[in-house]
Amino acid sequence: MPKTPGRTVGRRTFLQSAAATAALVVKPPIVDAQAASPRPSAASPSAAQIAAETGPPPARSRPFTVERPGADFMVDVIKSLGFEYVAANPGSSFRGLHESIINYGGNTRPELLTCCHEESSVAMAHGYAKIDGTPMLVMAHGTVGLQHASMAIYNAWADRVPVYILLGNILDVAYRRSVVEWTHSVQDAVAMVRDYTKWDDAPVSLTHFAASAVRAYKTAMTPAMGPVVIVADAVLQEEPIPEAERHALRVPKLTIAAPPAGDSSAIAEAARLLVAAENPVIVAGRCARTPEGLRHLVALAETLQAPVNDRPFRFRMNFPTRHPLYGGGNIAEADVVLGLEVPDFWNATHAQTPVNRTGMEARATTKAGAKLVTISSSDLLTKSNYQDFGAYAEVDLAISGDAEATLPALVEACKRLITSDRARVFHERGARLADASRRSAEEALNQAAWGWDASPITTARLSVDLWNEIKREDWSLVSDVTFLSFWPTRLWDFDRHYQYIGGQGAYGIGYGAPAAVGAALANKKHGRLTVNIQCDGDLNYAPGVLWTAAHHHIPLLTIMHNNRAYHQERMYVQDMAARAERGIDRANIGTAITDPNIDYAMLAKAYGVYSAGPIENPKDLAPAIRKAIEVVKRGEPALVDVVTQPR
Amino acid sequence: MKGRLLLGAMAASLVMTVTTLDAQSPASPNPANGRRLFEKDGCYQCHGYAGQGGRDGARLAATAMSAQSFVRYVRGPFGAMPAFTAKVLPDDELADIYAYLKSLPAAAAAKDIPALSRVRDK
Repeated sequence: MPKTPGRTVGRRTFLQSAAATAALVVKPPIVDAQAASPRPSAASPSAAQIAAETGPPPARSRPFTVERPGADFMVDVIKSLGFEYVAANPGSSFRGLHESIINYGGNTRPELLTCCHEESSVAMAHGYAKIDGTPMLVMAHGTVGLQHASMAIYNAWADRVPVYILLGNILDVAYRRSVVEWTHSVQDAVAMVRDYTKWDDAPVSLTHFAASAVRAYKTAMTPAMGPVVIVADAVLQEEPIPEAERHALRVPKLTIAAPPAGDSSAIAEAARLLVAAENPVIVAGRCARTPEGLRHLVALAETLQAPVNDRPFRFRMNFPTRHPLYGGGNIAEADVVLGLEVPDFWNATHAQTPVNRTGMEARATTKAGAKLVTISSSDLLTKSNYQDFGAYAEVDLAISGDAEATLPALVEACKRLITSDRARVFHERGARLADASRRSAEEALNQAAWGWDASPITTARLSVDLWNEIKREDWSLVSDVTFLSFWPTRLWDFDRHYQYIGGQGAYGIGYGAPAAVGAALANKKHGRLTVNIQCDGDLNYAPGVLWTAAHHHIPLLTIMHNNRAYHQERMYVQDMAARAERGIDRANIGTAITDPNIDYAMLAKAYGVYSAGPIENPKDLAPAIRKAIEVVKRGEPALVDVVTQPR
Repeated sequence: MKGRLLLGAMAASLVMTVTTLDAQSPASPNPANGRRLFEKDGCYQCHGYAGQGGRDGARLAATAMSAQSFVRYVRGPFGAMPAFTAKVLPDDELADIYAYLKSLPAAAAAKDIPALSRVRDK
C-alpha cells in the first residue's frame, strides 16, 4: 500500500485553526474572475505564485505532537487478550496502531509479522489457530487490504477457525487528506465479508473499542468458532486520548465461554442407539479441537469398539491413524452412523453421479432403517448467502452442540448402558475391526510399492521417504493430504493433536503456504519439526510468504508436490471433453503450469529460503530431505522441490 | 432398439479387436504407442504416469483385467471415470493402451523395498 509521509495534525488542532486557514483559501467567485478576463490567459505565474508552489511550506506555529495517541490504549486492550503475534501488510489506515504496537507495546505480545499480502496474513492466522488453539491478530486496510484478505477469511469461516482482524479506516471525511485516503475509506468496512464472519463492530470511541474488542475475542472463541472483525478508526488511533477520559478508560475482563454441550436427554438417546447397534460407524469431521478432543473420541470408540472414519476429507486430527479402530467400518452396513462435526453430513452418507450434471443421481449409501445421529455446532452458526452449510441432512437425531464438549457425557452415558452381553459383542467386533485394520495397513504398503522408482516421483514414494526422515522427530504435518491420495494418513503414525490440521476449509487455493507458515510459528515455541507438503498451484498465489518465513526465522520444512498443473481442474476439463466427445488430448490447455517449468528452488532462494531441487530421480529425494531437515532444525525454513506424479 | 443393437455390435467388435491381443496375432497392438496415448489422452491424470493408481483412479499397471473388461469399463464406466467413446478413443488406440498397461512390470513386494519395510518401524 502506498505510504505518504504527512503532517501529524490532530482533529482538534485542525478545527481550532480552521477559521484562520479558511480566510487564506477563500478565492473570488469564478464568475468575477471570468468577467475580469474575457478569455483564458496564458500569462506566466507571478513571482509570488511560484514561491508559494515551489518554496518551503510556511512555518508552523508549533510542532504537531501527540502525547498519548488512542492507539496506545488499543494496544493495552490487545495485550490484555494475549495475542502472541500480529500479521500485517503495512497500511496507512492503521499506521497509528502499527506505531503503538512497535513502540508503546515494545513489539512483543503481539510481535509484528511482516506479510507480503493480506491473504497471507489471514491464512497464517488460520494455520496458527489450528495448532495453537488461539487466534492470531491480523491488521489490514478497511478497503483494499480486506479485499485482498477476503478469500482467506472465507476459508477460516468455513473451517470454523477463530481469526481476529483489526481494520483501519478513516470514517470522518474531515480527516482524509488525499485521493489515497478517500479510496481507502469506507462507510461500512466489514460489509463485504459480513456473510462469512461471525461478528464485527465499528467502535466510535475508545471505551466502545475496548468493549467490542473483548467481546469479539470471546465470540471468536466460542464454538462454533469463526473470524471476527473490529474496525479501528484512524481518528481514534491517532488523536490523543482526551485528558478527561484517561483515568476512566479501562479494559474489560475477558471470560471465555464454556463450549455448548448437547442436551442431556438427546445424549442419552444417542447412547441408547449406539450401544444397541450391531455395526455402528463414527464419522468424524472437525471433531477434535484440542488434545482432549482426540482423547474423548478415542474413549468413545474404545467404549463401543466402533470404527472411526474421517473420509472422504480429513478435516482434523481426530483419531490416531494406527489405532485398530481407525478407518474401518462400512457405512453401507452400518445400523447407526454418528456424525461428529461433519461439515456436509449428507455427502458423507450419499453417493452422487460424478461431476454436477443435469439429471444428477443421488442415492443414500446407508442401508434402509439405519439410524443417523449428528452432533454439531454448525446449526448454531449458519448464514444464508454463502452455501458452505451443505445439503440438508435428514437424520434421526440431531444434537446441537460442540462435539468435543459433548463427547465426555456421551461416553459416560454409553458406559452406563453396556451390559455384559453387549460388552462381549463389542469385544468380538473390536477383534474383527483390528484384524481388518492390520490387513488394510499391509495393503497400503503394497499399494505404495507401485511406481516406486518412477519419475515423476509418486506421492506414495514422497510420503514414505519423508516419513522415514521425520518419524523420530516431534513432527507436525500442517498441510492437507487430499491431493496426495491420502498417503500420509494411510502410512504415517499420527497420534498427537498437532500432527494434522486439515485443509483450507472452503477449498480456497492459496491457503497452503501461508497457513503452513502460521502453523510453524505456533509450533516453534514447542520445538516441533513442522512439515508442509506444498502444492505448486497453491504456492503461486502468494509466494512472498516464503520471505516472511525467512525474515522471521520460522522453521518450516516445505516439500513441493510439484505436479506442474492445476491438476484438479485438469481432470474436470478432461471429464467435460470426454462428455462432449472431443479433444481429450487438450485438457492441459489452461491447466498446465509448464513451458517454462517453474523453478521453486530458485524462487525460494530469491526469498532467502534454503532450497534444493527440482528433484526428479526418486533416489535423490531422501538425502535432500535429510539435508533440509538440518536447516530447519537450526531454526530456518527450507524447501525441497520435488517433481511429482499428479496425485 | 436399433441403436442398442448397433452399440452391441460395436462392443462385440471391440472385444474381438482387443481379445486378439492376448493371442499375439500379427495385428498385435503397439505398447509403445499405447504409452504415448496413455499420456496424450490424459489417462495418467487419474491413474498416474506409471499406472500406479491413486485417489482418483484405480491401479492399471499390470492390470489383471481382461481385455474385454477393460474395453467395457472404458466405454461405460460406473465409477467417477467419464466414458470415453470410440469417437475420441478409437478401438485400435484403446488396444494399444491396454497392451501398454499389460507390459508394465508388477511392483516389488513392500517387504523387499527397504524404505517401505521401515515405514512401520518406530
